[in-house]
Amino acid sequence: MKLLVILVNRLAWLIPTVFGLMAITFAITHIIPADPVAAVIGENASPEQVAALKEKLGLDKPLVEQFVIYLTGLLRGDFGISLYTQRPISEDLFARVPATIELSVVTLFVAIAAGIPVGVISAVHRNSLLDHALRIFTVSGLAIASFWLAILFQLFFSMYLGWTPLQGRVDGWGPDPITGFFIVDALIIGDFEMLGDVLAHMVLPVLTMAYPAMATIVRFTRAGVLEAISSNFVMYESAMGFPRRVIIWKYVLRSALIGTVTQIGLIFGILIANSVVVETVFDWPGIGRYAVDSILNSDYNGVMGFAVFTGVIFILINALVDILHGLIDPRETR
Amino acid sequence: METIRFILRKFFEDKVALVGLVIITALVLVAIFAGVLATHPGDVSTFHPADRLQGPSLAHFFGTDRMGSDIFSRILFGARITITIAVISVGLSVLIGVPIGLLAGYYNGWFSDLLMRVSDIFLAVPQIVLAIAIAQTLGPAIENVILALSLTYWPFWTRLVYAETRACKNETFVEASVALGASPFRVIVLHILPNISSGIIVRTTLGMGSTILTAAVLGFLGLGPPAPSPEWGRTIAESRQYLPNAWWYATFPGLAIFMVVMGFNLLGDGLRDILDPRIRRSKSNDR
Repeated sequence: MKLLVILVNRLAWLIPTVFGLMAITFAITHIIPADPVAAVIGENASPEQVAALKEKLGLDKPLVEQFVIYLTGLLRGDFGISLYTQRPISEDLFARVPATIELSVVTLFVAIAAGIPVGVISAVHRNSLLDHALRIFTVSGLAIASFWLAILFQLFFSMYLGWTPLQGRVDGWGPDPITGFFIVDALIIGDFEMLGDVLAHMVLPVLTMAYPAMATIVRFTRAGVLEAISSNFVMYESAMGFPRRVIIWKYVLRSALIGTVTQIGLIFGILIANSVVVETVFDWPGIGRYAVDSILNSDYNGVMGFAVFTGVIFILINALVDILHGLIDPRETR
Repeated sequence: METIRFILRKFFEDKVALVGLVIITALVLVAIFAGVLATHPGDVSTFHPADRLQGPSLAHFFGTDRMGSDIFSRILFGARITITIAVISVGLSVLIGVPIGLLAGYYNGWFSDLLMRVSDIFLAVPQIVLAIAIAQTLGPAIENVILALSLTYWPFWTRLVYAETRACKNETFVEASVALGASPFRVIVLHILPNISSGIIVRTTLGMGSTILTAAVLGFLGLGPPAPSPEWGRTIAESRQYLPNAWWYATFPGLAIFMVVMGFNLLGDGLRDILDPRIRRSKSNDR
């Protein structure tokens, strides 16, 4: 029953939040005194040209009417027209989504696969030399600017050693789009040479993005394991003669992971934030790169489209994580 | 007095926090005395095209950039920009966010709910996404970076202070002072605020680190102070077309960002261990 309440609560919270986000992005573009029209056609345009463009973009209507048009458009998945390419923003964004999702999912997988064991080992050997070394490593992960790490990786592994491709998703055009996820597409057509090339292109961006995400996972796993180790059920199991390995990697880890799962929303936030700069450095054709291209071209609509799009996705992920948390933690639903 | 002595003693026992404090003190001194410490103090605005892209040497510790300016000197002046952005934007966020959190936490009613809803919306989206949107609309300038960071960061403090005020409100000492006839203002400022201040201090320290990283991202994307500003993120962005030959061009500004953020994170973690009694207890279990 309690689970149903969480579900309904979350869904009821979604609607005003998404609405509020749209109101904020609208306020940023329309209330802050800036002239998007001048940015597009330049300062020297004739008044007639300015008026024509304003009419085309709907900027000549009253503010309230503009907001209604903006909202109804967003609700239909219409993010407006790019000021730079003059193409629908939603088309461009959706075309770039697979690249970003592929990068994020692989990154998340790597970060979890590395972060959880490191967190457990760090906690089990707490205050040992190993623990201190691992903590320096993870604390550093939260202090490094991703774009700098990306550039250093490129400099060392691509330019000096020549081990990895410098940038891009693939050499040439890549597999014919079936799902848009290159790993999946290469597997479907059975082109393993292509698959190898796709994976080689992913190594550096994934490592760059995974480092701070892993650092966060290590911190929460370590704290969770430490808390679980000192709890009564572990003392009981030790007294019953369970092997320590089983206690740690089965019972303690399961209890510690609940805390880590609740942080997946936070980790997705880190991934989204880092994807903007990492995609730029590695010329990865995802939505982060789209945001930067829009910035460079003074495309206000494109930037706002990116903000709303990633914002809504992030809100949905967090709602999902909360529901998931209710499912796996029996204390939440009791 | 007893508490302060206890905190100070704890602090000097905690070597990690001390390292953080040393780094931050060094940063502040460098920012203040950049004009004296810089080997080429004029190189923020003057260029020497004949010396461009030279590697590190005794004349140029960190090499020179595309304009032939001394990167070491520019990094020192960049510290001023970093400190200014971080202190003002975190300061503004605290000044806006904390009072709102106190009021929303102390009073019940639709207005409190509204305030928290608004801050929830901001928190529902990664800070950098809204900061990019605002900075892009306002145009590249240091005050716009500060505005973009403050406007997106205050809800974080509201949320923190709201939760702690709610918890504190039902404590006996608050009820006692209300019963003695203390005004709401007096209760909030003299009784609740001091009791939740340790959390605010810890978060402010950690927030400085994350704000410096976010500001560097804005600079890297070209949304920070315009050229020829020695802002660190912008310098790294400029360096990209001169790789792999001019490795020093990207390396040293990034190292500066790393050191400074590390300093704030270490100090923040140390302060949390010292100031937060809950953690203190769990730490003593942590043998």
